[in-house]
Amino acid sequence: MFFKLIIGCTILFGSLLSNAQVEKMAVIEGGEYIPLYGRDSARIKVDEFAMDIYPVTNGEYLKFIKKNPEWQRSKIKALFADGNYLRHWKNDLELGKKELVEGPVTNVSWFAAKKYCECQGKRLPTLDEWEYVAMADETLPDARIKDTYNEFILGWYEKPQSFNQEVGSTFRNYWGVYDMHGMVWEWTLDFNSVLITGESRRDVDKDTNLFCGSAAIGSSDLMNYAAFMRYAFRGSIKGNFAIRNLGFRCAQDIEPFRKNKLANENF
Amino acid sequence: MDYFFLKLNKIKKNWHFAFVFFLALFLASCNNRDDDASKNPEEIKVSLKMKAELTAPPHVPKPTARRKAKQLIVDMEILEEEGEMTDGVSYVYWTFNGTVPGSFIRTKVGDEVEFHLKNHPDNKLPHNIDLHAVNGPGGGAVSSFVAPGHETVFSFKVLNPGLYVYHCATAPVGMHIANGMYGLILVEPEEGLSPVDKEFYIMQGDFYTKGDFGNPGLQPFDMKKAIEEDADYVVFNGKVGALTGDNVLTANVGETIRLYVGNGGPNLVSSFHVIGEIFDKVHVEGGNLINENVQTTLIPAGGAAIVEFRVEVPGEYILVDHSIFRAFNKGALGQIVVKGEENHRVYRGKIQEGVYLPEGGAIQEMPISDEDFEASQQPEKQLSLEEKIDLGKNVYSQTCLACHQANGQGVPNAFPPLAKSDYLNADAMRAVDIVMHGKTGEITVNGKKYNSVMTAQNLTDKEIASVLTYVYNNFENNGTEVTEEMVKKQRRSKSAE
Repeated sequence: MFFKLIIGCTILFGSLLSNAQVEKMAVIEGGEYIPLYGRDSARIKVDEFAMDIYPVTNGEYLKFIKKNPEWQRSKIKALFADGNYLRHWKNDLELGKKELVEGPVTNVSWFAAKKYCECQGKRLPTLDEWEYVAMADETLPDARIKDTYNEFILGWYEKPQSFNQEVGSTFRNYWGVYDMHGMVWEWTLDFNSVLITGESRRDVDKDTNLFCGSAAIGSSDLMNYAAFMRYAFRGSIKGNFAIRNLGFRCAQDIEPFRKNKLANENF
Repeated sequence: MDYFFLKLNKIKKNWHFAFVFFLALFLASCNNRDDDASKNPEEIKVSLKMKAELTAPPHVPKPTARRKAKQLIVDMEILEEEGEMTDGVSYVYWTFNGTVPGSFIRTKVGDEVEFHLKNHPDNKLPHNIDLHAVNGPGGGAVSSFVAPGHETVFSFKVLNPGLYVYHCATAPVGMHIANGMYGLILVEPEEGLSPVDKEFYIMQGDFYTKGDFGNPGLQPFDMKKAIEEDADYVVFNGKVGALTGDNVLTANVGETIRLYVGNGGPNLVSSFHVIGEIFDKVHVEGGNLINENVQTTLIPAGGAAIVEFRVEVPGEYILVDHSIFRAFNKGALGQIVVKGEENHRVYRGKIQEGVYLPEGGAIQEMPISDEDFEASQQPEKQLSLEEKIDLGKNVYSQTCLACHQANGQGVPNAFPPLAKSDYLNADAMRAVDIVMHGKTGEITVNGKKYNSVMTAQNLTDKEIASVLTYVYNNFENNGTEVTEEMVKKQRRSKSAE
């Protein structure tokens, strides 16, 4: 494990985040929320944490794989990514012609995304953290009841090629975070946890939660079709999948984030 | 069976006996197999591997005819792509193989289908397929769930002959179906369906867009309207005009046409009807039950029917959802153009055209009280010339203007002019009569012949006097003032006849 970390992360292992990196994160106040699939009794507590303001870009990811060549397209272990990994790049170290340096990196597997964040001294956000931040629109921390909020997300599902825009081109939400909706899907640390009911005898049918009738019966918010599709999407993927419309961003626990911030300020 | 007897006829006589014996054996074993299969289609053995022929609507793959059950490879790609809903209106369709409805799959009972479902890498969403022809959980939905850029393979054996819908069943199911993710799979019985001359594939669907019917531009899906079942478009084969204009279906007189008709929904039930034809045969709900001589057949959302009819007379036959506003206002129209010789024994077309003028169609009145009767007997105040012209102008614009035009100029070859009209100015009583009772047949006005129809106008005596006075005092006519007395006199003379 130790060995793997050493060779896996030559950027920042054990060191502080740079000032720029700290500034690119927003502090998300803790709170509770009822996820799509839950009931009132299933309120989820989310602790205060920090989240990247933007999804990770092609440019940032390129820097990462330059320093960590084992994550380059031709060198990545088959176990960690399927054949679509960085397929839109020209080669190991060059973007495709139409790709934007400031566009979100996609066709990245969960293993790669997780490693990227670890190498920044961060981690992937949990599914609950991600959903908690994604409930917000420009003005409200929980806008799920607003028609316009749901319409915007549904509208994105119908917009082809939305990955091909610079990060920050969609809206800035209540927390100061951009592009939670309208750009790309995003990996979360425990992306497939929602399919596990927690009741082991029922886990044989866990995959059926989101199909047909059972999807409607199990949901806490019938109008929240937009979120249905997010959960359906997550249910369809595996950790080694690399998908054209799927990117990621990183998060960090609040303690190390504060420490870093302080250190940077004092520095 | 016929096939074997045909063969038999070709056999040389001296071999006759031996062959009949052999044939009898063969048929007997054949029949045994049929019996077993009909008892339990699970037992039907498959022989070879075969790639399924898939066709885009309105086409249908070749019949399975006499082929044996096979391992059938079905290859389908899911595409999310923009298409045209109607002129100037586009929509992002989600499709099986790039068309709405998706490709037609034709199988034979006992076939083992190996289904390859591919989700294009540029797609945003995971999808799956639920085939109503499958015996198994979710109709294959659970096993076929596939992320963008991936392929799943699953297999099933078709056991029940009939016409079945397939559709995507990924959450939110309604939205996936509303965007076009449905199609038909046919399971033919072992002996195949009877041969016909033409086969077509038609599927109805309802669409819900942000803008109303015809609002131009790229129209997004409207979830609220979908939940309220308030469709903007109800169409055959995914768009307005998929079966009209350049895309009409064609056939010849005397041919038997079989339509495989499905209804993807998501919400509406179709009252499928072909204007000008009677379905000789309907496989009700796509199953074994056959109904004959059907005018309109009900096709549930997520259901299908096979309809067959022979076209006897040339002409245009219109396919509609007979919930008729859907046809004429929301797009549910298609057309079959039949060419060939007229068949006057069946249909003679228009023999004669005449005019029906309701004469003295008495308007019913409620009985009135004595006081009201007294009041009604008071002589009404006669209108002045100016008042008549005012009232007449109103009557003219409501009753006459549509044909005779704003300045009385009429329409050449159709409606004679009232302006500077010699015919009008020659005889005021004749004009009163025409307004009162209508006119049909040839007349000459200002040197031009007109052969048209004016219906009797349902106007009061006062209105007739006023409108004619208005006309005579405008459009450079001779200024005659028509009185109510003249109108009454005309009425009396007519009823005296």
